[in-house]
Amino acid sequence: MDITVNILLTIATAATPLLIAAIGELVVERSGVLNLGVEGMMIMGAVGGFGAGYLTGSPWIGLLAAIALGAVFSLLFAVMTLSLATNQVATGLSLTLLGLGLSGMMGTSFVGQPGARLPNLDIPGLTAIPVVGRLLFGQDPIFYISIALTAAVMWFLFKTRTGLTLRSIGDSHTSAHALGIHVIRYRYLAVIFGGACAGLAGGHLSLVYTPQWVENMTAGRGWIALALVVFASWRPWRVLAGAYIFGAVWIGQLHAQAFGIPVPSQLLSSLPYLATIVVLVLISRNKRLTMMNTPASLGQPFVPDR
Amino acid sequence: MSANQDGANLLEVRGLTKIFGTLTACDHIDLDVAKGEIHALLGENGAGKSTLVKMLFGTLEPNSGEILWNGQAVTITSPGFAKKLGIGMVFQHFSLFEALTAAENIALSLDDGSPISTIAAKARALSYSYGLPLDPQSLVGDLSVGERQRIEIIRCLLQTPQLIILDEPTSVLTPQEADKLFETLERLRSEGKSILYISHRLEEVKRICDRATVLRHGKVVGHCNPREETAASLARMMVGNDVQAVVRAPARGIETAQPLLEIRALSRKPATPFSIPLRNINLTVRAGEVIGIAGVAGNGQGEFFESVSGEVPQQDAASVRIRGKDAGGLGITGRRLMGAAFVPEERLGHGAAPRMKLSENLLLSRHATDGKVFVGAGGMVKSDAIYAASQRIIEAMDVRKSAPDPEAAALSGGNLQKFIVGRELDRRPDVMVVNQPTWGVDAGAAAHIRQTLIGLARSGSAVLVISQDLDELFEISDAIAVMHNGVLSKPLPIAEATFEKVGLLMGGAEPGHVEHVLETS
Amino acid sequence: MRLELIKRPQRSMLFSALSPFIAFMLTIIAGAILFALLGVNPLKAFQIYFIEPVSQVWQLHELAIKAAPLILIGVGLSVCYRANIWNIGAEGQFILGGIVGSIIPVLFPQFEGPLVLPLMLLFGMVGGAAYATVPALLKTRFNTNEILTSLMLVYVAQLFLDWLVRGPWRDPKGFNFPQTIQFNDSAILPELMPASGRANWGFVFALVAAVLVWILMSRMLKGFEVRVLGSSPRAGRFAGFGINRMVFFAFMLSGALAGLAGISEVSGAIGQLQPVISPGYGFTAIIVAFLGRLNPLGIVAAGLVLALTYLGGEAVQSALGISDKVARVFQGMLLFFVLGCDTLIHYRIRLIGFATPKLEAAPKLEEVH
Repeated sequence: MDITVNILLTIATAATPLLIAAIGELVVERSGVLNLGVEGMMIMGAVGGFGAGYLTGSPWIGLLAAIALGAVFSLLFAVMTLSLATNQVATGLSLTLLGLGLSGMMGTSFVGQPGARLPNLDIPGLTAIPVVGRLLFGQDPIFYISIALTAAVMWFLFKTRTGLTLRSIGDSHTSAHALGIHVIRYRYLAVIFGGACAGLAGGHLSLVYTPQWVENMTAGRGWIALALVVFASWRPWRVLAGAYIFGAVWIGQLHAQAFGIPVPSQLLSSLPYLATIVVLVLISRNKRLTMMNTPASLGQPFVPDR
Repeated sequence: MSANQDGANLLEVRGLTKIFGTLTACDHIDLDVAKGEIHALLGENGAGKSTLVKMLFGTLEPNSGEILWNGQAVTITSPGFAKKLGIGMVFQHFSLFEALTAAENIALSLDDGSPISTIAAKARALSYSYGLPLDPQSLVGDLSVGERQRIEIIRCLLQTPQLIILDEPTSVLTPQEADKLFETLERLRSEGKSILYISHRLEEVKRICDRATVLRHGKVVGHCNPREETAASLARMMVGNDVQAVVRAPARGIETAQPLLEIRALSRKPATPFSIPLRNINLTVRAGEVIGIAGVAGNGQGEFFESVSGEVPQQDAASVRIRGKDAGGLGITGRRLMGAAFVPEERLGHGAAPRMKLSENLLLSRHATDGKVFVGAGGMVKSDAIYAASQRIIEAMDVRKSAPDPEAAALSGGNLQKFIVGRELDRRPDVMVVNQPTWGVDAGAAAHIRQTLIGLARSGSAVLVISQDLDELFEISDAIAVMHNGVLSKPLPIAEATFEKVGLLMGGAEPGHVEHVLETS
Repeated sequence: MRLELIKRPQRSMLFSALSPFIAFMLTIIAGAILFALLGVNPLKAFQIYFIEPVSQVWQLHELAIKAAPLILIGVGLSVCYRANIWNIGAEGQFILGGIVGSIIPVLFPQFEGPLVLPLMLLFGMVGGAAYATVPALLKTRFNTNEILTSLMLVYVAQLFLDWLVRGPWRDPKGFNFPQTIQFNDSAILPELMPASGRANWGFVFALVAAVLVWILMSRMLKGFEVRVLGSSPRAGRFAGFGINRMVFFAFMLSGALAGLAGISEVSGAIGQLQPVISPGYGFTAIIVAFLGRLNPLGIVAAGLVLALTYLGGEAVQSALGISDKVARVFQGMLLFFVLGCDTLIHYRIRLIGFATPKLEAAPKLEEVH
């Protein structure tokens, strides 16, 4: 029983950063912007979160630093693609490359140091409920944030007028502009929100998941988050489901390695990546459905006539 | 904004100027719109009408000049501000969101925070009171062009504007739908609203407008009362000289001529969520004739063109036959090699690559048909040959340009269209299929292109023209068929075709119903 | 404050030529700030970073060794990106090229002679091309996003190589080190001028590939097809060019060149397979491709510049104790500035301050973002 609960707990821990990063990117893509820099923003959040936590001794300051660093880093992308109308794919890639380099440089002195860990936030009384108690109410704080974030984004996108405006920009920025909607301003805010989420997701890795700094410790999670958004057809609750499926794959292969299953560990390690490909194939093969769901202006640069 | 004398001008425009790079799109424009009038803004494509109204609606910023609203100078910085002043706009290219519902589309342009359900109810009520019924819950992507325009109009009316700007509203309507629109406009006028009506269709301007301002090359060339003018005198003001009328000698012996393009039971499933299926289309185009296909935009013309051109090949090889041979299974290159030539609707990005030179754009449709001439051993492009050939076409079609071999995007719409049509004519094709030959083209170029198409047919080719412009089809066609919702009617010989008949077919009436409706009207 | 872009009627030839240089200058300025922040005299750092690594002949050889894979991969990627096809998995194709190319020397070490090397190179190209076919196939058959699939395959390739050199291909006499046997002499890519340095034939391959691809892109119908499909896919379809065929062509060409780079690196610079055979060449080559303006001849120059950032990174690490990750930072910044400067080719940029509202009557001032 305890083993099951522990495994489920670790799945939640593995799923949380994927969920947060993917929810952030979902908002960005709903506004019609494709930011391929999630991996870069995430690793910046990870190094910033670890660094601030390590230097101040407070994981909470680390958490704030992770969010801030992710947001600032995404601002770079926003200026390039929104104000200078650069190619979003290339700019996103360069954000990732720059993030991997910068974080490696910033983190040289952190390698091998013990970090600050964000304590679990047990909700008194409720954790005593068998099984679900610890699962739902005995987790780290970012877990609660991730669930609240998903619900909030769902509400925002589909229940508020601002959310409707954001979706309309993703559908057609020219129409939105003709109606007097500030396309660029909305997109700036969406991109920065996505950056803050990616930073938070990175912070989770270095403050909760493995409280230490390891170079390239995001290990492709940013890219998997991007795939999750496609997998989820740009719907928040499906992102939630997808993130937990991937969390399970991630934890499953780790446990399989620990149990010494007679399969090369490298094959097990490659499972999350192979699973991503399989999932993308399954979801994309219906071209009509994909076209229906994809924000129509996704990835298109927008330059208003003056 | 309440204290105004009656009869005063609602809107006055003084010396408004807009410059794009080296082009002065609007040059010291003066314009007055009185309260309770329908004011026409007349001009050819490229005369500066759209630029002017974009400045009035705040999407473009003028370089100089002033705008007076109720006698007060205003700077319209954004559409939001224009709306607050009381200016509403119905765009030519609708500013709608296909993935959202009609109600959501309307909500997006209203500033009040009322819930969507309230807005939907208001919109439904208003739409029925104006006789423009609308289902607020429907997804815009599923609606016809006419229905989409209704959303634009209702959206505009819900903002209770004092001035409504309509940009070429009838270009997407059947003649009957246009009549309905005119009734609505007259009712709005009787309610004291002002309307700025942009069009290049002279008959409708004469019919509903009280005054007209005529633009040419970005300048105002005159104000007039259109009811006192003739269509010819208005046209002369618009164009600056008399447009050469298109001459169409009657086709002879068509019945016995060889069929060069045959379409047999052509059907196609919709390729994208919002596209139209084609249903059992049959048509024969014989040597020497021009067949026109009329229809409101978005009724399957684009899908039909793709299927006939071979951009999307068919399963059934016999569904398209060129010069008596099956071509349905072939791609566009294979069909070109059989003697067919194609001109698509979109010039930039479909018929031509915008950022490539004209000579390279020549290669686009002719790399295979003239493979020996333009492409040498090992797939090397003969740049001298394509340059010489493109200059030959430029000369033959009188293409005006600023550089010897400019990028396609640097040409005006009319000149690029002349080049694209000329590129195909230069091959002397046996079959020519053209989608919207003169869409957005100035009158001189349009007349030139139409005359060339007739000439091609009379020299023994089969010409198929798909167009939304009924005037054009009546000018050049020997018979007109109508496409509605993916179904093609039987061609009406031009002698029997009337605007009413064709218009009813465009609206989806069964051919059998035509006489009945005509009797009552 | 905000920026406004004003479209130029024609692309600016001036900025088309200047943009990489402006970008490089901006990178230098940003780099100076970075070094100053790290507490190093920027002038001294630049001396060590950019000048010293190329001050002697043998060092130029090292530069060529680093530049060769970058140019080879970058040239292939430029074809993809011109076609608007986003292969970002060149790192994986590089690794697979290295693995497949090593089949002969690892599994048949007794096979020697002049045929060995050409076969290895061919195998390497086939390996890279075959691996690149996977995302192409998924894209054309299942409409799957090639950016994500090609990238995921990089991780898989890295793990596959790791397994090979720790498992079945490990040198039995290698004291359990994770590496294959040393290749025999006929499987080693010869050096160009052994007297003066280590540079091998890989650099020649890179130059030849650049020239050939330049001819393909600028003089041949196939290159025209690539450019049309990349810039206006509908016009490409109208021309009768098949987008699916193009996806395969671009992926396989770039995969083959990445594979060639992989086996050249393994048989030239390394001489055996190891768990890691690339310091991120496949990703850095993306920067090379853009810095070279997606023009194969420009890519040769860009490849040399980026190779220098690698050498410079190693130099500052040993001389100043700064992490060699600084090279990655330089590369990332360079790409950023290149992309930003390219905006100048198609647009003029107008800076707008906090504009004072022009009219009091406006009910609501329009804020600037």
